[in-house]
Amino acid sequence: MSESETVVNITVNGQAVEAVPGEWVIAAAERAGVYIPHFCYHPRMNSVGMCRMCIVDIDAGRGPALQPSCMVAVSEGMVVDTTSEQTRKAQDGVLEFLLLNHPLDCPVCDKGGECPLQDQTMAYGPGESRFIEEKRHFEKPIPVNDLVYLDRERCILCDRCTRFADEVAGDPLITFQDRGDQTQVNTFPDLPFSSYFSGNTVQICPVGALTAVPYRFKARPWDLTEVESTYPNPMGDRVVVQASRDQVLRYQGVDSDAVNWGWLTDKDRFSFEANASELRLRSPLVRGTPLGRPDPGGSELVETSWRQALTQAAHTIRAAVEGKGPQSVAVLGGARLTNEDQYVWARLAKGVIGTDHVDAQLDDGLPADAVLGLPRATINRACTPGGTVILMAPDPKEEQGTLYLRLRHAVVSDGVQLIELTPRASALSHLAAHRLHHRPGEAAAVAAALVGGDIDAGPDGEIGGVPAEALAAAAAALAERADQPITVILGRTSLAEAAGPTVEAAAELMKLAKLLAAGSRPGIAFLPALHRGNVLGALDMGLAPGLLPGRVTLADGGSALAELWGSVPAASGADARGILKAAADGEIDVLILLGADPLGDVPDRKAAESALDRVDTVIASDLFLHQSAAQADIVLPAAGFGERRGTHTNMEGRITRERQVVTPPGTARADWAIASELARLLDAEFGFASPEEVWGEIVRAAPSHRNLSLEAIDTETDGVVAADSSITFSPTEDVTSVPHFDAYSLRLVSSRRMYDRGTLVQHAPSLAGLANAAVLAVNPYDFQRVGVDPGTEVQVVSHVGEMSVPVAAASGVPRGTAVLGFNHPDLDVRVLIDPDAVVTDLRIQTG
Amino acid sequence: MARLSPANLMVAHEIIGRYPVPRSALIPLLHLAQEQDGYVAEDSMAHIAELVGVTPAEVMGTCSFYEMLKRAPVGDYMVNICHGISCHLLGASELIHHAESILGVKSGRTTEDGKITLEAVECIAACTEAPCLQVNYRYRNRVTAEDFDQLVGELRAGSAGVAPHGNLAKVRQHVSEDRWAGVSPPDGQGEPPWMTRNPSDDGVGS
Repeated sequence: MSESETVVNITVNGQAVEAVPGEWVIAAAERAGVYIPHFCYHPRMNSVGMCRMCIVDIDAGRGPALQPSCMVAVSEGMVVDTTSEQTRKAQDGVLEFLLLNHPLDCPVCDKGGECPLQDQTMAYGPGESRFIEEKRHFEKPIPVNDLVYLDRERCILCDRCTRFADEVAGDPLITFQDRGDQTQVNTFPDLPFSSYFSGNTVQICPVGALTAVPYRFKARPWDLTEVESTYPNPMGDRVVVQASRDQVLRYQGVDSDAVNWGWLTDKDRFSFEANASELRLRSPLVRGTPLGRPDPGGSELVETSWRQALTQAAHTIRAAVEGKGPQSVAVLGGARLTNEDQYVWARLAKGVIGTDHVDAQLDDGLPADAVLGLPRATINRACTPGGTVILMAPDPKEEQGTLYLRLRHAVVSDGVQLIELTPRASALSHLAAHRLHHRPGEAAAVAAALVGGDIDAGPDGEIGGVPAEALAAAAAALAERADQPITVILGRTSLAEAAGPTVEAAAELMKLAKLLAAGSRPGIAFLPALHRGNVLGALDMGLAPGLLPGRVTLADGGSALAELWGSVPAASGADARGILKAAADGEIDVLILLGADPLGDVPDRKAAESALDRVDTVIASDLFLHQSAAQADIVLPAAGFGERRGTHTNMEGRITRERQVVTPPGTARADWAIASELARLLDAEFGFASPEEVWGEIVRAAPSHRNLSLEAIDTETDGVVAADSSITFSPTEDVTSVPHFDAYSLRLVSSRRMYDRGTLVQHAPSLAGLANAAVLAVNPYDFQRVGVDPGTEVQVVSHVGEMSVPVAAASGVPRGTAVLGFNHPDLDVRVLIDPDAVVTDLRIQTG
Repeated sequence: MARLSPANLMVAHEIIGRYPVPRSALIPLLHLAQEQDGYVAEDSMAHIAELVGVTPAEVMGTCSFYEMLKRAPVGDYMVNICHGISCHLLGASELIHHAESILGVKSGRTTEDGKITLEAVECIAACTEAPCLQVNYRYRNRVTAEDFDQLVGELRAGSAGVAPHGNLAKVRQHVSEDRWAGVSPPDGQGEPPWMTRNPSDDGVGS
């Protein structure tokens, strides 16, 4: 066999099959439609040959012999027989062995009905056991963490969960112990399997040994109705949503080659609890008297009809437009809605009301022209073997869990070179080829040196806090692999610093595009790592100032769209920060919040407070009455994930379907319907009867979405990537000047953790308590300098506020930097953040 | 009981230095911990995990595989009586029964004074000397009931010449630098330093 061969011809049960060199027999057979029973084999993990169930007759030239098909690679001329008498007898015997110690408690086991062991015993097993001795006994389910129970009696030791923990998640906190005839899976005593990805082990467990607390004893598989859908997170993870009696009970990951490979984070997997919460909004609310009578000046929120709530909303909007003009209405949020919802709200705001004060990001993202103007990468491009990934984003493990798993796999298994350009270590740091941990706010200088190779370190021998040698090594490594794809994961590495430095750093990295333009090099592309589920869809649908649906600016696309919409705003509006400022100044009369909680999310909390206080009418469309919605005058209950249908856009621009499986609670409605109805009351008839009809109009209205029919999206398993953009990224040449770093301070870095005080997490009982304790993380060497001991509670002061917080040592934090979680349930770091400064410096008060 | 003592920590670092990748030192370090406390304490496992860069669960996985690494305190002397087939034919069951009645504990337990832990074990590869036993893994051959009584007396008196449990490991030996295996980079670049080739091998094979 020569090396150039790309096809290996094998025969499976008499059928000729073209296999890929190096492919396992079991995978080749499955692609050819021949299912080989197995328990331990999993296509996304290394084969171990633990269960022996996949033993089949394989003849590789020396006569047929029983071999495990998950451990034997295909070879030219191989003959595989999965139906021979010998195979059948072997499978029969393996199953009898596997069942020796497996309790026959299927009637009370959650896995019953969807259990590979049960199914394969029925299909291939002996039907009767000869084993009459006592089975192994263990304490019945023990918790391995707060979310997952382990029943060791049911375990067949397939090594899937332990392999997942080690290979995929990188958290080997469950292992085989007491190996021998007492082998069991367990954690170290008092050290739980605290992984963000533990729910995946439940999904891949081939028996009922691992069960998830939120699903235990909730339903039988045959009672579940299910749809394939897209979880609304920035990755667009493919999921199956399963429900029983009109209640969502479980999400299971779907193996999408382009996106999540079947994995989900625990936060997403168990967030269905929040959607089923008793605290969901079920009916429209308006201001009223304590006795429940609607009254616009009332102190309480009282239930009312949709008709009344929407009429009142339309009335206030009309009054505002007639009073101070359309720009006195502003829209914040919308990043959690479907593309269709976003489009209809955008058309209502920009085409009917006529305001451009619209922003889906809450001052915690990146400017829309940078996101839409930079060349966009796909996740698979980032994971191309031999490529380079520059991480200039918050820790993917905390914010984009499945992206972290993909990147981890790419670096560990596919030789992707990771260059970390962040102000602190991430969960990927120990895998990074080069760690350029710069001082907060100084990413641009580091990026410029990385790209230009012109490392003028000056007397300190460093640039932006990064040693010149480290930078030179990274620049050399980048240049060495310049003919492979370079992908930048771009996001706000710290919410305690302005967006400016990040955008400038991106502009510096974009200079690589010109340098690489020669030849047929794949060049550089960006994956935006922004916060909130469908934020990229929101930008595509025009929920950003100065933008229209389809990645066009108001200036470029306005006249074309005016034909369809009737009109478009006359001038560009303000972003979230500008809107809140205008609101605080009394320029905004009506503020519409679309699933947005500015009080909880906007880095400038004071601006959000004064805006909500000052605005005449706040209209909120949301799932929950969170702190911002509680201050609203009109609250409209919206349909959440699983209760609505539409499409979702992920960080790549990949459009996939979101499908409905249950009805929304109470009278909650989908946002597109709310916006359409509101438009009708404002004398604009959109004529939409379904989200599919909305998509029909999007395809016509949005230049980047032409030809993306729903049929095309459904034909492709992984959806369709919308690639076109007519927006060019034109960064200013200005360089944000970062204040000089003084030796007595610590410069603050603040980013989100996975478990935070977010609305969904706090309304999901299983997740609400999982947040880590809040600590100010400081480099071990800095303790002496600032004069405190690790573990002590200290008073931290910035020039806008102060707070008390325990301080802890963390070697991943560079010297001179302090890290505090942004969205912690117990403590609000925004007290310290100066929203108008480029960076925030802290002092620790001693004595 | 405890993490590694400062003195043992020094030894641990020396042991780790002998290997190309730190986790290779896992088992020698477990021996070191057992030597320190007579058993491998959970705190020691957690400490070793930190030292070699794995999780405590992985240390537990390795440690629990080996019967001779004890995870709970045992007596100063482990008395392992073989009940393999040869010993069994030559009276091992009677000997175990005798030992249990003399010591007042069932096999697998430790005497109240904490001196002796009795264990019945599988074949210890001394069938010609059956019935045999080990005291802290040192052999006693063709043991009779009287021999056993005398052994227990000596152990209790401390005159048996057997070091307390745990003092088995060779981890403390100092390997002079010229005898080091040498550390080759774990990424597999180049040949390991200990590989000396016969000059005539050059160009043959791969």
